[in-house]
Amino acid sequence: MQTKSEFGYDSKIEGDVVLTTVDAALSWFRANSVWPMPMGLACCAIELMAVGASRFDISRFGSEVMRFSPRQADCMIVAGTVTYKMAGVLKRVYDQMPEPKYVIAMGACASTGGMYRSYAVLQGVDKIVPVDIYISGCPPRPEAVLDALIKIQSKISKQPVISKMNLVNRLTAPVTS
Amino acid sequence: MAALESAKKIQAKFGALISEPVVFRDEVSLTLADPEQILAVCQHAKLQLGFDYLVDLSSVDNYGEDPRWTLVYHLRSSKTGEEVRIKTSVSEEKSELPSVLGVWRTVNWHEREVYDMMGIRFAGHPDLRRILMWDGYPYFPLRKDFPLAGKPTDLPGVAFTQPAPLEGGPFVTAPGRDAINREPRMRTPEE
Repeated sequence: MQTKSEFGYDSKIEGDVVLTTVDAALSWFRANSVWPMPMGLACCAIELMAVGASRFDISRFGSEVMRFSPRQADCMIVAGTVTYKMAGVLKRVYDQMPEPKYVIAMGACASTGGMYRSYAVLQGVDKIVPVDIYISGCPPRPEAVLDALIKIQSKISKQPVISKMNLVNRLTAPVTS
Repeated sequence: MAALESAKKIQAKFGALISEPVVFRDEVSLTLADPEQILAVCQHAKLQLGFDYLVDLSSVDNYGEDPRWTLVYHLRSSKTGEEVRIKTSVSEEKSELPSVLGVWRTVNWHEREVYDMMGIRFAGHPDLRRILMWDGYPYFPLRKDFPLAGKPTDLPGVAFTQPAPLEGGPFVTAPGRDAINREPRMRTPEE
């Protein structure tokens, strides 16, 4: 049960009414239904499958809806070695994801190129997309992926949506006279 | 040895163009002097001698020698199981020889890979694109004079590459100690 001040609720005083801000409620919804885009490129994808399976069970965190269409995903999990040939595809998939979007670089290869110091491998996916969380390991344990997901959730729950949108609308609105 | 007999038949057909068959550990190799004749030799081997399967096509970079490229065709007959290897050399200036796609369709991707990695072109190939690297990559990375770390390229809209030297990488091993310390991991230089 989340006990942030925005959700402060006393049934004796307020009855059936819960008071909160729209921002806080939206953040709460969003943080607990992160839909991942599984960008499985190498052996890390096997561990990512384990995260989705019953033993580790990513659905405990509301993220069991792995979407293979980038247009329905919030968080891209780059699991594996990013070759230069794949880099353009990865960037294109990322560009198709709707805002707000997040990226987890899972494992040594996605984070830094890992052991592949060669002409064919991009030395870190952060060279082409902005990465929010890096996971160490080769491959990382499924628990480490869940830990990254929890960190993404705490990051999302601190981000205002409505106030930011209003600001953007004000900045980009056409001038009417 | 059935393979040796087939090799001698190829030699008899093409005469001075084909070298004496070399047998090493029961494997038979022929050398073709003129790479322009590779299509005729392969056609003969398939239609007359039953070599219906091209196991592999590979290329060798004899860096610093002339001719620089050697192409190796591994032929196999699925009926008798005999295997014959045909080698032919191409100079760096030419870097081109006829495609044998009309003989075995499987060679399509093999020839594309040789073109991609070595830069040897195949005349008559209908779709000679890169297969492992992306279209527009300017180098041929399996040549001996290409560094493993790669070369910098910057092609806006296509891709960019940066050299990734082996030393000083993010994950390095420390040799000579126990297995836990040898494991590749992030290390500071003084460690």
